[in-house]
Amino acid sequence: MSNGKLGKFSKEKILLILKKQGILIFFAILLLSVSLVSDKFLSLRNITLVLRQVSITGVMACGITFILISGNYDLSIGSLLSLTTVIVINLHDKIGPVPAILITLVVGVLIGIINGTLVGYLKLNSMIVTLGMLTVLQAVTLIYTGGTYSAISNPEEAWFRFFGRGYVFGIPTPVIIFGLFVIFFTIILTKTVYGKYLFALGGNRTASLYTGIKENYITFITYIVTGLTTAVAGIMMGSRMMAAQNYIGEGYEFTVLTAVVLGGTSLFGGSGSVIKTLVGVLILGFLSNAFIMLGFPYYVQWIVQWGIIIGAVWMDVASKRGKLWA
Amino acid sequence: MKNRILKLIKEQSIWIILIFSLIFFGIMTANFFSFRNFQNILLQTSINGIMAIGMTYVILNGNIDLSIGMIYALCAAVVIGFQSLGIVPSVLIALAVGLIIGAINGIFVAKAEINAFIVTLAAMIGVKGLLFVYTGERAIIGTNLNFTYLASIRIGFMPLPAIIFIVLLIIGEYILRNTSHGRNAYAIGGNQDAAEKAGIDVKKHIIINFMLSGGMAAIAGIIAASRMNTATTTLGRMDHLWVIIAVVLGGTNLNGGYGSLIRTLGGILVIGILNNGLNLMNVHTFYNMLIMGIILILVIYIGKKFEVTKS
Repeated sequence: MSNGKLGKFSKEKILLILKKQGILIFFAILLLSVSLVSDKFLSLRNITLVLRQVSITGVMACGITFILISGNYDLSIGSLLSLTTVIVINLHDKIGPVPAILITLVVGVLIGIINGTLVGYLKLNSMIVTLGMLTVLQAVTLIYTGGTYSAISNPEEAWFRFFGRGYVFGIPTPVIIFGLFVIFFTIILTKTVYGKYLFALGGNRTASLYTGIKENYITFITYIVTGLTTAVAGIMMGSRMMAAQNYIGEGYEFTVLTAVVLGGTSLFGGSGSVIKTLVGVLILGFLSNAFIMLGFPYYVQWIVQWGIIIGAVWMDVASKRGKLWA
Repeated sequence: MKNRILKLIKEQSIWIILIFSLIFFGIMTANFFSFRNFQNILLQTSINGIMAIGMTYVILNGNIDLSIGMIYALCAAVVIGFQSLGIVPSVLIALAVGLIIGAINGIFVAKAEINAFIVTLAAMIGVKGLLFVYTGERAIIGTNLNFTYLASIRIGFMPLPAIIFIVLLIIGEYILRNTSHGRNAYAIGGNQDAAEKAGIDVKKHIIINFMLSGGMAAIAGIIAASRMNTATTTLGRMDHLWVIIAVVLGGTNLNGGYGSLIRTLGGILVIGILNNGLNLMNVHTFYNMLIMGIILILVIYIGKKFEVTKS
């Protein structure tokens, strides 16, 4: 190997690193520049706060990563988060925390079964169907509560607060739950046959059908996984807030989608990873936090999310076709 | 023969649903068949109806626009916020806002070739951000009483918003049937590659249709602002769904290439009658949401079924 080749190789390598790790470099620059302006930004207290805040989005994002890799969408998760949070809060005082948690998980699975049947077996367009489910689930939430606010009567005494407000060895419980989800979902995605099928389905549906993958069944299971992760997120949300208004999950479907896409999982299926999603969730969390630290009102981040999602998807599309504009 | 009858039922199903819902609510409620109530239905449907005109164009191309509810809310706030400049300038500014956001959507869909669903979903949340920034999370209340007077004008028995809706609908249908832009809208939705090869400037038409959609949402916002004299940040939350449901219910194909504004009118009327009738029956609005969501899924399901049997 001559020196010239080596030189060229390393230049290409740098470009490749920039392309592959661009998002991490962006993240590092962001952290540094905001910490220069606000000295509270990188304090342990603030970092813990952000980690705790993103863990709910993060748990949902694990499920959505699976759905996106398989080439489908789920927009109903925001409403499902509202529904599951309201149910766990509402049932907590009535039937006790453990039955309430179990019923919430069952509701998540049931909604997953409905979505999975509609998309997996009836082969309906997942965007539109889950958009319809978004309406249905929000309506079910409102009908369930009659439009009233639900709250747990003794929030300081209930052990249920553990999932959202508690600590294990000084680390907030939601962060630990999120961490376990990331590890568990990474193992499923990279080490199991099911994980391989997900990539195969999203990558090339026709080819994967010839290899004998039961497409319907895999899609069906994946929606149950998403329903379940959203139910877990609902329990965490309920435990953190100890109360729930009917629209508590509104917009989460978009925040989760932004985080996953920002991490680099493709919206067109076939590629992605849970670690990428973790990175996306963290960046979005610190970004939202940075805006508040810099004194902007919370809704400014929506405008930024608009730019981020268009930018991220645009880069994805542009790198596939080799130019920015079609 | 059986297939032909099935086809006829499928193609004209919106009018059958319309007749059934008229009969149903006529029986179930006392005051449904009154002149005043129909006037009400027309007034109530005109805002979503106007938005559905733009949406039909976008869906005919095989695209979708989820951002219209928020464009509608932002334009309502803008038209009231700029009232101090006078009615005409404030209306023009609101219209421009709608057209610009529509153009942004259109450029990303047509020129960057990003999926319309993603582009407009992102715009939905972004425009919501703009709305909150512009209003500072507060309701904006109008001071110009001449502006509020506009929506209450009646010509004969027809309220002005309903007249605007019907006039726009007629113009829109005329353009679809008799101009090259209309014919190209169908061609692009039918087969975009073929349309491109046939020399149609596909990108231009897609951008124009998104601008139409944004512009119609702006008009709807201006009318809503005139009716209520206030603009709040909760406006437009679910309207994109109602409008999509109306267009799809009417029979316009979500994959593009097939549909018309007359069908959309059918869809809008059915939804208006359903909302009005359920209201007269004292059913809580929560159930309207539930019913609409289920109808949307059912319509997609039936559409899919028919597609399979056709091929």
